[in-house]
Parts: sequence; C-alpha cells; structure tokens
Amino acid sequence: MAPSYENLPLEDDEFDESQIDFADLEDQYQVRLDEGLDAFVVVDGLPVVPEENRAKLTKFLLRKLNSVGKVKEDGVFMPLNDEGKTEGFAFVEYNSPNEAVAAVKGLHGVAIDKKHTMAVNKLTDIDRYGREGRIDEEYHPPEAEPFQQKEHVRSWLGDSEGRDQVAMYRGEKVGVFWNNKEDTPEPVVDRENWTESFIQWSPQGTYLASMHAQGVQLWGGKSWSRQKRFSHPGVNLLDFSPNENYLTTWSHRPLQVDENHPVPLLSLEEDGKNFIIWDLATGKPIRSFATIDVPSSTDAEGNPVKKKMQWPSFKWSSDDKYTARMTQGQSVSIYELPRMNLLDKQSVKIEGVVDFEWAPATPKREAIKAYEQLFCYWTPELGSNPAKVGLMSVPSKEIVRTRNLFNVSDAKLHWQSEGAYVCVKVDRHSKSKKSLATNLEIFRVREKGVPVEVVDSIKDTVINFAWEPKGNRFVLITAGEATAGAPPRTAVSFFAPERIKGGAVGNFFHVRTIDKKNSNGIYWSPKGRFVVVATLQSQQSFELDFWDLSFEKPKEEKEEKDLAANLQLMNTVEHYGVTDIEWDPTGRYVASVASAFRHHMENGYHLYDFKGGLLREEHIDRFKQWLWRPRPPTLLSKEEQSEIRKNLRNYSKLFDEQDLAKKNTANRQVVEARRQQLEDWLSWRESQIELLKELGAEIELNDGKMQRETDGEVKEVEEIVEEIIDESEEVIS
Amino acid sequence: MRPILLSGHERALTQVKYNSDGDIIFSVSKDHVVCAWFSHNGERLGTYHGHQGALWTVDVDPTSTLLATGGADNTMRLWDVKSGKLLKTWDFLTSIKRVEFSSDGRQILGVTEKRSGQLGTIVVYEINPDPEGEQTDEQSLRIVCEDAKATVAGFSYQSQFIIAGHEDGTVSQFDAKTGELLYSTQVHEADMQITDLQWAPDRTYFITSSKDKTAKIVATETLEVLKSYSTDTPLNSAAIAPVKDYVILGGGQAAMDVTTTSARQGKFEARFYHKIFMEEIGRVRGHFGPLNYVAVHPQGTGYCSGGEDGYVRVHHFDKPYFDFMYEVEREQASANL
Repeated sequence: MAPSYENLPLEDDEFDESQIDFADLEDQYQVRLDEGLDAFVVVDGLPVVPEENRAKLTKFLLRKLNSVGKVKEDGVFMPLNDEGKTEGFAFVEYNSPNEAVAAVKGLHGVAIDKKHTMAVNKLTDIDRYGREGRIDEEYHPPEAEPFQQKEHVRSWLGDSEGRDQVAMYRGEKVGVFWNNKEDTPEPVVDRENWTESFIQWSPQGTYLASMHAQGVQLWGGKSWSRQKRFSHPGVNLLDFSPNENYLTTWSHRPLQVDENHPVPLLSLEEDGKNFIIWDLATGKPIRSFATIDVPSSTDAEGNPVKKKMQWPSFKWSSDDKYTARMTQGQSVSIYELPRMNLLDKQSVKIEGVVDFEWAPATPKREAIKAYEQLFCYWTPELGSNPAKVGLMSVPSKEIVRTRNLFNVSDAKLHWQSEGAYVCVKVDRHSKSKKSLATNLEIFRVREKGVPVEVVDSIKDTVINFAWEPKGNRFVLITAGEATAGAPPRTAVSFFAPERIKGGAVGNFFHVRTIDKKNSNGIYWSPKGRFVVVATLQSQQSFELDFWDLSFEKPKEEKEEKDLAANLQLMNTVEHYGVTDIEWDPTGRYVASVASAFRHHMENGYHLYDFKGGLLREEHIDRFKQWLWRPRPPTLLSKEEQSEIRKNLRNYSKLFDEQDLAKKNTANRQVVEARRQQLEDWLSWRESQIELLKELGAEIELNDGKMQRETDGEVKEVEEIVEEIIDESEEVIS
Repeated sequence: MRPILLSGHERALTQVKYNSDGDIIFSVSKDHVVCAWFSHNGERLGTYHGHQGALWTVDVDPTSTLLATGGADNTMRLWDVKSGKLLKTWDFLTSIKRVEFSSDGRQILGVTEKRSGQLGTIVVYEINPDPEGEQTDEQSLRIVCEDAKATVAGFSYQSQFIIAGHEDGTVSQFDAKTGELLYSTQVHEADMQITDLQWAPDRTYFITSSKDKTAKIVATETLEVLKSYSTDTPLNSAAIAPVKDYVILGGGQAAMDVTTTSARQGKFEARFYHKIFMEEIGRVRGHFGPLNYVAVHPQGTGYCSGGEDGYVRVHHFDKPYFDFMYEVEREQASANL
C-alpha cells in the first residue's frame, strides 16, 4: 500500500515541545509594539531654573530641538519640584518617531553653554533599559576575567634556520608556508575558505587579516587561532597603522546600525558611516567617519572624470600618534591618538591641497631637538598664486619649508624610507601646454634649512619613481611618445649622489639610462642595493631585470665623477603573465606572481634569489596572492649589526655547511627512494615473467621484440630499383 | 635527429601505429584515408581507400599481413597490407572507436560507440590469417557495456583477458573466452574519460591516459595501479617505450578550446617521463594542435605522434636518449655486468 497522509508513522511521539527552551528565540523575535511613546525624548543635563525663567529656557531649548525635527505644539514639558524650580530635565514630544531618533543622534552630547551639555535619550529607552529587574539597584563591580595565557604571536621569528613565511591564496584556499628555497614550501597551516575576498598581513607580520562579509578577522600565534574580530558589515578595505596599534576599515556602503540591525560592538553613532578606526588591542571602535564625497570634476573634453578614492584615506604618522585625512582642495584634518580627537580642535586649512604624505620615519633634522612628525603636501596654481610644496611639522603645525613652483600639471610626493629626503616629482607643461616634462625637486630634510635640489635633466614624462630603501639612490622610468598600436617605449634611469669627502651626501647625478624597454615597475630590495625593474601586466613583454647598484668592479675603470653607484645588470628573466613582484623582508628572495585577480593564464609563481637565479616555479590553478610575512624592525643596535656584517664570512661558512648537509640528506633520501622504486619494479617484473613462463607464453626478449619461430627463417633481400624519370641529350661544343 | 613530417593527411590524425618490425607506420585520420609510410625516411608506401567516414582506429596483425580499421561509417574493415585489397567489411549500427588484434593475430576486437539508442559494445571475431581465405561474419563474443561505454580495449597476454577503459574513468577486466566481467576498478578520476590504453611488450601491464591529466601504469592481472604520471594538460595518448624505462605522453588543450588560447598555452608537446621514478625527463615540441596519438617503435628506436594539426611527426631517438640514466640505474647496470 502506498503511504498516505493517514498512515504516516508518528515518529515524534516522544518529542516533548515543552522541554525546549525558546527563550532566546522569543527574545529575538519579540514584536516591538508601537507604544505611542516613540516620538518622545528625554532631555537631561539642563540648567535648573526657577519657574519664571522656565518659558525662556523652553524657548531657547526649542531652537535647538527644532533644528533636527518639528517639536509638537506644547511638546516640551519641564516638571517643577517642590521648591518651584525645574529638575534639570524635560520631556519633549516630536511629531514623528523618526524625528525623535534624529534628535537622539544629533543632539545627544551637544553643549548648551559652557556648563551644560544635553543628554538626549528616547523615552522608550528609559523603559527598556530602566525597567525593574533589568538593572540592579546595588552596584556590582564588574568581574575581572581571569588572565589567559596567549600564544606567542611572534614565534615564527625564532625559526632555527631563519626562514621566512609566506601566505598564499589560491583557489578558495589560504595557506601559510615556510619558504624552502628550491624545495616545496613547507606548510604551516592551510585552510579552505579562510577569506572571502583577499588576505593581508599586518605591517610587522604579527597578524594575518581575512576579509568577510561581516567584518575583518585577525589570525596569528602558533596555532593560527583567531586573535581579534572587527565587525564591519560589508567591509571592503582595511589598513593598519605602522606599529599595529590601530586599524582602519572601510566599506563602500554606509554602515547601517539601528535597533533592527544590531552589530556587535557598534552603536548608533556608527550608523551611516563608512570608516571605522579600531583599537587593535581592545578590539573596540574608537571613532567612525563617513566618506568625504569628492566633487565630481570634468576633464578637458568635458567628460566626467571617474574619481578614484585615495586609499588609505586616513594616513598614519610613523609613530602611530596621528592620523590625518585630507578634504580635497580645502584642509587636512589631523587626529590625535589614542583619543582620536581633532588636533587643536580644528582642521589645518591648506587651500587647494591635492595630496599629502607623512614621513615614513620620524625625521631627524639638524639643529632641531624635538623630533616631530612631518608631512609634505602640495597645492596647485590658484589664480595668480604659484603652486606650492610645503612641509609641516606636527603637532606644532609649523611650516618647515615651502617652495613655489610654476606651470605645474601634476605632482607626486615620494619619501625616502628613513624620511631623509622627499622627492617631489613635478610634471610641468610648457607655456603652450602642449608638451610635458618632469622635474625632480628633492628636499634634503635632514640638513639645515631643508635645502632643495632640482634635477631637471629629464625630457620625457616620468611614469614611475622609487627611492632606494635606507639609501640615497633612486630609479625612475620615463615614457616616450606613444606609437600607434603599441604601448610607448620606456627608459629606465638610475641616479646616485656624488661621493664627497667626509662621507656627506653630494649632489644627485644621472648614472645611466637604459633605452628601449617596456618596463613599468621598480622593486627595490627592502635592504637596498638591489633592484628589480620589471614589465608588469603587459601583453607582449614579461621581463624582469635584476640590477646591482654597488657592484665591485676593478679599480682602473675610474669614471670622472665619483658617484656612489656601480651599475651592473645581474640577470634578466621572463615570467609569462607576471602581475606582481614581492621581495621577502630580508631581501634574499624575490617572488614574481601571475595572479588570477588579473588574468587566468598560467597562474602561479616563480621564486628567484636576489641575483635573479630561478629557484623554483610552480603553476597553480587560480593562484591569487603571494604575500611574504613582514618582519618587525630588528632589535639589534647599529653596532651589533655592523659587527655581524664584519664577521659575515664566519657566519656564512656555517650556513654553507648547514645547506650542504641538508642538501646531502635530501639527496640521499631521493636516491634511497629511487633505489627502492627500482627494486620494487624489478621484483614485480620478475613475478610477471614467472607468471608468463607458467602459462607458457612468449617472453619479452630481443630488446622487446617477441621471439617468434619465424625469426630464423627470415631472409633479407636487398632490392635496388632505379627509375629513369627524364632523359635529355645536349651537345657540348 | 630532425623529425620527419608526414603531411599526407588533410584532416586531424586519430591514430598512428607501427607494425611489429617497426619499418612501416600506419596512420588514420578524419579524412577517410588510411596511409602506410616507411618509418625510416617518411616515404609514403600506399593508401587504402574505401571508408565513407572519418576513421578512428587502425591496427596491424603481428605478421604485417592484415590491417584492420574502424570508423564513423559504422564499419570495421580488414585489408591486405601488401596489395591494399579490401578483404572484409563488418557492418555495425554505430561507429567503431577502436580495433585491436590479439598478440597471436588470431582474434580481433572492436569497440562500438554508444549512440542512437545502442549501448556500447566490445565485439570479438576469429581471424583467418590467410589473406586469400574466407573471414567469418560470426561474432565469437559480444560484451555489452551497460553502465559507462568502453572507449578503449585490448587483449591481454595469452588472450586471457580483455581489458577495457571506460568513459567514467574505470578499467575493467573481462574473461576473453566467456565475456564475463571479472573485475572493475576506478583508475582515473570519476567521469574523466580514458582516452588511450597501450600495452607493454609482454602485455603484463599497460598504460592508460585520461582527460584527468594523468597517465597510469596498471597491472593486467590485478588491475593494481603501479605508477602514476601527472601533467598539467588533458592527455589523449600514452605509450610505453621498450629498451629504456620511459613512457611518452601526448595531449593538449581540447581541440575546441585551442583557438581561444595562445600556442604557448596549448601544451602541444610530447612528454617523456621515467617509467619507474615517475619524473618528467623531457618534452618534444612541434605540433601546433593537440597530440591525438603517440606510438613507439617496437624496438624502441623512435616514436611518432599524430596531431589534431593533421601531421604525423616521426622522431628517431638520438644517442643521449639511450645514454641517459639515473644514478641508481647506473649502479644497477654496473652491478649486472
């Protein structure tokens, strides 16, 4: 009989509904009845006044209250106490609940005068939170949670071989590996679906950040457990402060936080905001901001220019003490941490400001004792005023240096990693605005009065520029005229300062230019000296040039000028479809990546040593990211470092021995495994031949040729066939 | 040595075969013609005309007297190698994807396609070795593949088993006398078609290639996977080289995807792997379409490959091919002296 509704077995006979605790669900789905009081707010913190002044205060108050909504007629009720004075609070009824919400948002914490600050709450909140039983009458001190030992978050630095870690994001998997040079990277942890869009290391390598629809998570420690969670629904980007004290998250969509969309840790204050600045240690938000809409502009032909948001929008000073955001063309707002309050309670007005950059390290300036943070900014020509580049010291807001510039179409600010120089790359147009040329204005921040040196020997437009980290040389790439159909040829130029007596840094001079390249990317080793000049995201060319700028060459080839550079091209390699290049934090290895974020051809990575020698290549389907784990700054003093450098030979001997030993054991293992495989195979073959013999079959012989009875009878006959194709006679006189 | 380019076909090659002496290469293509070539210089010996559709498969008997072919015109044909005379035509309801003689040349099997309501089958006929003699119409055996159709098949040593590779990645072992299914196992990834099956000289093991980008050596008796070779491209063919312990794999991006990718992407190379250590030793470029079949000279002195590009490339191995040895092989060799 087919089963029908009547005879369905009653399987859940024993199921007792009353045993389930629905309290949490009931709580969650409790219908919030419109109590009719939603349009009411309570305003607290008002001055206490006698009855006769009540009307005056009410009138004054209404001015404020009506700024966010419409208060009902006679909607302000200010009760009197026994002494005939007001109580310092008032009940206010708005026309609609929405206005009441706006009042709470807009007026809470607003000062009335010097002594009084309004506290605005919804009337229903008082009932909600103040209902009997919800709040204890007596004060109970919060219980301090017992201390929990956390894992060491920097344990990876203690690797006995001093290897570096690397995070790889391929397909849906994210893994962290030890770099083993030419051998397969050794997995530390590998997880499916660890992130939803991308991964990012914190600047000192302590945490690995993963992105999710609900927010950002930080991972670390030996077990790769979750260290912190920052809920920011719809988060798109994140940025760490340089010392890992703070975190900025940003979402394209403004946050929606209200009673119906509660987000852990976030309050109504965050509603409608795009940025949240977090304290990384506590995991709590400090302050939130909305995106500043950039006024849309039009280009020369009148087409609207697609505005790119500058990221990071909040730029951190090198010591994590300040973060600043620019309002295009108007001002720079500097916030002081840890409170995130506006420095001196007002933004720094800089008319026309286009861009600014903090010094990446605390600049040490001659004859200035107090080391302050420094940032550099520039403003374009406004009316008859020239374009200007300025350096401002924070927190004193003193302008250290300005320089006027003319005929400026664009400028880019490039700080050297130690904050010793800032190079302003100025694109200038001629009077007719037809041709462009580039000037480099180099500010020597450390020297007295911040002298500026101008390098103006460049005819073409500079498309890329990079300082040597911790050094004083730089590389730039210029682009020539674009030819039809092909991207413009580029030229790579190297610059170095003149070596002068006393170890001071002389003027910058051009060292060499390499013509007819396609290169567009400059990647310095984080330790300086070596640089990779590469062609990225191109269809035709995939070259990586490895340069050494301090090549030791024989003495006799002295050049006229003693420049602090000896250029040598060490190697040129090709990596088809290369999109990214990553130096490891020690400057020993370079990884070039063909990322699936950009295209789907031969995704994977190549690993090179600093000389450009290929160590390893691997093709991985849908390979997306290769990120070296950054290292925190060294704890060794300058003296200790130079001591190591001096005795490098002794150390390297030891390392060479270790490498050799490792290689030998590895080789031995491989050979051993092969020997085993060969033996297994031969013995298996033996057994098969035995089997065939038993069956009486013909056996593989004569180099694989079957032995056949007919073999003996074969006679070889050689046949020569001559064919006459054409015959002609000619008489030779 | 420079490869010899055999450019006699007008369409994609489907199979190439050496005869047992290795002096003649037979090739079939989608252009309906069977060609025979001298392997040492690439001169064409002759053609066999008669088929009315694309050809999928060819095989020659051990004495190089009889040639069998099968194709999309739903026929399997037997030819006299010497004269090019058509000796026999067997008609079927669907096309023939694979023919193969037994090692003694007394039997032939054909694999039929699963189409128009017909299940895929493996059929076996007794063969009269005399080219003048009468050939039978009667099937000595018919195996019907109920689940997944067979794509490739062959006779084991002593014609004891018939081994078949299927479209779902399984390999099965049938009793060659009764047609009884003895054993079946998943060798390649599920639902990845097995594209080729070629024997070791004594037929105690064989190599299969598959769309799952791997080739595997399997023991005939137990169907145990002995070796596995993984590549980065779908494979169409795999061959076991005699004399040296190598295998040759061929494949490339599927023909329909080729135009959308650069030649560099296509991976149209013959790949040499060490049979025992499963490591890649080298690659041979040249084709500009996927390799549809690779065949090795029975004496191991060369190989040839047929490509989607319509060419057969015949290679003769150079001295380094024979000299190359792994350290452990060298040890073994000197120990045996």
